[in-house]
Amino acid sequence: MVKLAEWRGKEVFRRYGVPLPRGAVARSVAEAEELVRSGRVPLPCVVKAQVLAGGRGKGGAVRFATTPEETRAAAAAILALEFKGEKVKELLLEEKLALGRELYVSLTLDRARRVPILISSGRGGVEIESVADAEIDRQPVDPFPGITGYEKRRAARVLGLSGESARALDRLLDALWRAFESEDAELIEINPLATVGNELVALDAKVIIEDDAAFRHPEYADIRDDRTPLEEIAREKEIAFVQLDGNIGVIANGAGLTMATLDVLKEFGGEPGVFLDLGGTDDPKKVTEAFLLMAQAKPKSVFLNIFGGVTRCDTVATGLVTAMQQVPPAERFPLIARIRGNNEKEGIEILRAAGVTSVPSLKESAQAAVAAARGSG
Amino acid sequence: MTVLVDTDTRVVVQGITGHQGMTHTRQMKAFGTQVVAGVTPGKAGSEVEGVPVFDSVRDAVERSGANASCIFVPAPWAKDALLEAVDAGIRLCTVVTEHIPFHDMLVMYHYARSKGTRIIGPNCPGIASPGKAKVGIIPNVVFRPGRVGVISRSGTLTYEIVNGIKEHGLGQSTCIGLGGDPVVGTSFVDALPLFEADPETDLLVLVGEIGGTAEEDAAEHIAHHFSKPVVAYIAGRSAPSGKRMGHAGAIITRGKGTAETKVAALEAAGAQVARFPYEVPDLVAQLLRTRGRR
Repeated sequence: MVKLAEWRGKEVFRRYGVPLPRGAVARSVAEAEELVRSGRVPLPCVVKAQVLAGGRGKGGAVRFATTPEETRAAAAAILALEFKGEKVKELLLEEKLALGRELYVSLTLDRARRVPILISSGRGGVEIESVADAEIDRQPVDPFPGITGYEKRRAARVLGLSGESARALDRLLDALWRAFESEDAELIEINPLATVGNELVALDAKVIIEDDAAFRHPEYADIRDDRTPLEEIAREKEIAFVQLDGNIGVIANGAGLTMATLDVLKEFGGEPGVFLDLGGTDDPKKVTEAFLLMAQAKPKSVFLNIFGGVTRCDTVATGLVTAMQQVPPAERFPLIARIRGNNEKEGIEILRAAGVTSVPSLKESAQAAVAAARGSG
Repeated sequence: MTVLVDTDTRVVVQGITGHQGMTHTRQMKAFGTQVVAGVTPGKAGSEVEGVPVFDSVRDAVERSGANASCIFVPAPWAKDALLEAVDAGIRLCTVVTEHIPFHDMLVMYHYARSKGTRIIGPNCPGIASPGKAKVGIIPNVVFRPGRVGVISRSGTLTYEIVNGIKEHGLGQSTCIGLGGDPVVGTSFVDALPLFEADPETDLLVLVGEIGGTAEEDAAEHIAHHFSKPVVAYIAGRSAPSGKRMGHAGAIITRGKGTAETKVAALEAAGAQVARFPYEVPDLVAQLLRTRGRR
């Protein structure tokens, strides 16, 4: 998932017409000071760290300033922070508004109902997880009409808005809906949404774009989640690769089989380290790359558990044998293979010729992988 | 009709001239499925594995009498392919394609439903009834005709478990791989009544995984509306705590979605829950024996 920093989320909001405080981004203390001296950001202002983790207010990552000097000090303090493991590199400076009430509004997907869901609460400004169920309204939205008039009136009642401010909510929800659909968002959250007179202003923005829609959103291509360098290489090669603390490398295909493999290894006292999901591939080169990537993680043993469907067993075996020849002898590790399914016989034969035996039983092969990790540890 | 497919099923393969389309057309035919047409725009008049190719689904339906579709079209064009099949009157579509944006799938699901078309998938292995028909990509080697139904959110894990049932000397009535995407055309709850009504299914195996609430919802349905014995397996008990879908996602699934909640819900509904994939066939065999004695 592509999580947008607050300022980028607010750029999305601006494009769709969600009202925002006047503000701008600074990447240094000098830039921050210049923003207020030039009047681009009116004083008094708020200076906010642009990090993805929540709880910025309590963690000193949001500060207020009434003068250029205070702005400088606030910017310097925040830029020096490492907030929940993330170095602060960007600041958002915004005018400090005279706030009325703080509300909560979000749009996301309800998987079970298979519709978007509009979530609203009159208790904004705190973590929504901490709000009691009774104070949260969940309104499923049919994707064809989108948010209807009666659904907006219901949201207005929940949020305690009427008259001019209810009409402001109508406009806001229309804008959020357009952004949710057009930007392929999996989450759009405003917390808090503040009343300022009869207007509604988004004080924060949390926008998450769906990975699978990346092909039509090149504008977000530069945003990356936190990944280890090996995980980053794997992503580029379209291999699902996760690094854990254990010492057994797991290569499987498909998320369900990968998880089941981890469950079985754990049962026999094994500690899975890297696990790598080949997904569906019939390209032996991809298998070779995956295996070499695994070798870089220096596992004590590797358990290959493949059920051939789209991925054929002979493809996997060929890719594997090629990779094994490329690993220097000193860096080799015991390999326990279990390949089943399409072209199983051909695959087993290729492995046998290279000196690897495929163990057909999941239980026995997993036990062997655990034993091998112990033996060489 | 067993569950959704039978010997009258006539399949059109959308995206038949691609590598996956060709491979699985061959496999579906080898399974015994009537694959009667393929569609790739611009390729009308050609043949793949002896199957005539048409430019549109409407042409394919008119000329070949196709009544089910198997879609291999790449993600950016999959929505259009599905809508085309629905408009051509196809009432069962397996969408194999992975990485379809869920916003597209929302449109696909609600449009198909409004026209009476059932979608299986996306990102799924599809459906198969041994001895009858297969619309999808589950390897032929795992099947043997029998009386065990299987529904699963996984791909290869489905093959693993279906194969285990075969190796135990049992067979399957119908297997459906529903796919694990955020929005699926057919959920456990949608599929359960089909197996309840199917005279050829004696017992159902349900294969779930962590995340979402599909298994909890299935358990609720089983408790009240499903009379046949159920064996379940949930993958991911030892998986590292997954990525959360932001705060709003946590609000929707409050207190659900872990392996523990799923196993507890299924056990409370009377299902036998296997701890590992290889325990499934034994549990199935035991339950069938006790049922036989009753």
